[in-house]
Amino acid sequence: MADYNPMELMICVAARNLKDGATVVVGTGAPCAAAMLAQKTHSPNLTVMFEAGGVAPILPAMPISVGDSRTFHKAIMASSMPEIMETCQRGMVDYTFLGGAQIDMYGNINSTMIGDNHGKPKVRFPGSGGANDLASLCWRTMMMTPQDAKRFTEKINFITSPGYLTGGNSRYEAGLPKGTGPYRIITNMAIMGFEEKSKRMKVINVNPGYNRKDIQDNCGFELLWADKITDTDPPHENELRILRDEVDPQRYIIGR
Amino acid sequence: MSKTDELKQGQNQLFTDPDADKAREFFRHKSRAMVNKVTTAEEAVKTMIKDGDYITIGGFGANRIPTAILHEIVRQGKKNLGFAGHTATHDFQILIAGECIERLDVAYIIGLEARGLSPHARRAVESGKIKLTEWTNATLSWRIKAAAMGLSFLPARNILGTDTFKYSAAKEILCPFTGQKYAAHPALYPDFAAIHVHECDVYGNAHVYGASVSDQDLAKAAKRVVITTERIISNEKIRQNPEATFIPFWCVDAVVEVPYGSYPGNMPYEYFSDEAYLKQWLNLEKDPEEFKKFFKKQILDTKNFYEYLNLNGGIERMIKLRAIEHLTDKK
Repeated sequence: MADYNPMELMICVAARNLKDGATVVVGTGAPCAAAMLAQKTHSPNLTVMFEAGGVAPILPAMPISVGDSRTFHKAIMASSMPEIMETCQRGMVDYTFLGGAQIDMYGNINSTMIGDNHGKPKVRFPGSGGANDLASLCWRTMMMTPQDAKRFTEKINFITSPGYLTGGNSRYEAGLPKGTGPYRIITNMAIMGFEEKSKRMKVINVNPGYNRKDIQDNCGFELLWADKITDTDPPHENELRILRDEVDPQRYIIGR
Repeated sequence: MSKTDELKQGQNQLFTDPDADKAREFFRHKSRAMVNKVTTAEEAVKTMIKDGDYITIGGFGANRIPTAILHEIVRQGKKNLGFAGHTATHDFQILIAGECIERLDVAYIIGLEARGLSPHARRAVESGKIKLTEWTNATLSWRIKAAAMGLSFLPARNILGTDTFKYSAAKEILCPFTGQKYAAHPALYPDFAAIHVHECDVYGNAHVYGASVSDQDLAKAAKRVVITTERIISNEKIRQNPEATFIPFWCVDAVVEVPYGSYPGNMPYEYFSDEAYLKQWLNLEKDPEEFKKFFKKQILDTKNFYEYLNLNGGIERMIKLRAIEHLTDKK
């Protein structure tokens, strides 16, 4: 079996979830790597977009900003932020990836602050940026994240980006577009989806080297479990080769 | 209870007046004369910004930013400014270190994307001294677009149901046609905007290449607009290719020629960002005293942008950054 690290596993799993012919808005880092890997394996016609306006670039290197010149290098389009966000709002963007400091059982994500006083936060993070917009408007939101009980928490301090809010139908009752929402949470330990009715986080695959107890112990809320849990298909040789040699040869992302 | 009674609104402060008629009254008297508007960064900041104004910066944090104007705002000690932080990165770092900002529309602040977080900006925001209202990148884009359209708001389908909405100044509304719930985003008419472009003529007719972010709308939404430009070109060049005009002269109040004017940020097709410099700045911020000295030397004690460029390697450094941008850099 191939030797790989958790970041490589998460990127490979994320890439497999990006269908050929689809559209995805990505940020810098792991999401960008996942999209590039998908393009170089099963999804050559995956259209990659960046929120500052770049559409379908031929990336010569990893972007350091979602608006730097790499994001529209030999691109189909160097457009604008409203252009990208309105494409999402119109229902033309299939996937996006988010990151964050905290996530709850409904996939709500905090990237704004820790503490209980918004005006004087204990810890301040950058805020939404485009995250709320993408989580609100793209069809399927995914997250790649290390898993621990502090990050996967019962109550997050601030809902920056919407998951399924308080579960059930609450996301759509709030006015967010029907049929959108969190799709996969990809961690170093497991792959989670969301239960159809309650919209609670549900484990569907267990990563090699972990068991159910590890996964629940490293989660601050009670996880649901799919009826049939299968092992995560580990990264294949060809995925790792492409990821290491072509996608991230400098090991900016997978090296960490 | 009717459906309208249940509509929520964000609880934080709206820092700018969205009134479209007041904006029209301002624009009624804004000059539309196609006259030579070339000036200096010093003069532009002196005459176009007063303490307490609400300002916006074009580009995207460390991409195509009007650095000369940012430095000048700091050097002239402008205070109590309102600021729109739509992926504000190095631009925010400069203004917050200069203690210029009093109130802040937040979409993305204190981070420098893949480069990490700014320790100084973080300390400043965590101090609780700056008034914050939360928004998102799309929201700020649409607020600026609403103003560019001459409206007082635009409806959108983002931020509903979240704390981002709760700590914003948006309001829920129902579509009069379908009943669909929307977030109404108030128009943002800034007092001042600075936008860096690739080329423009002396009247302010400008060309921009690469991602445009929100800058076409920003040039229309802001009451006063200064363009800094890599180079001034002839009006004939504009007229040869009118479909390429990115910003027209009547939006623009002042033009400042600043070659390498986005440094240390990226300028598409011209030069890449100076990653070593940005990293050095981030590292120095860890120690407030060291950073103070660095900031004084770099910005407060430099006479103008050219002195700053020379302090950081001058033309030789720029040639290196051009090579990185053009992927011809041989390490």
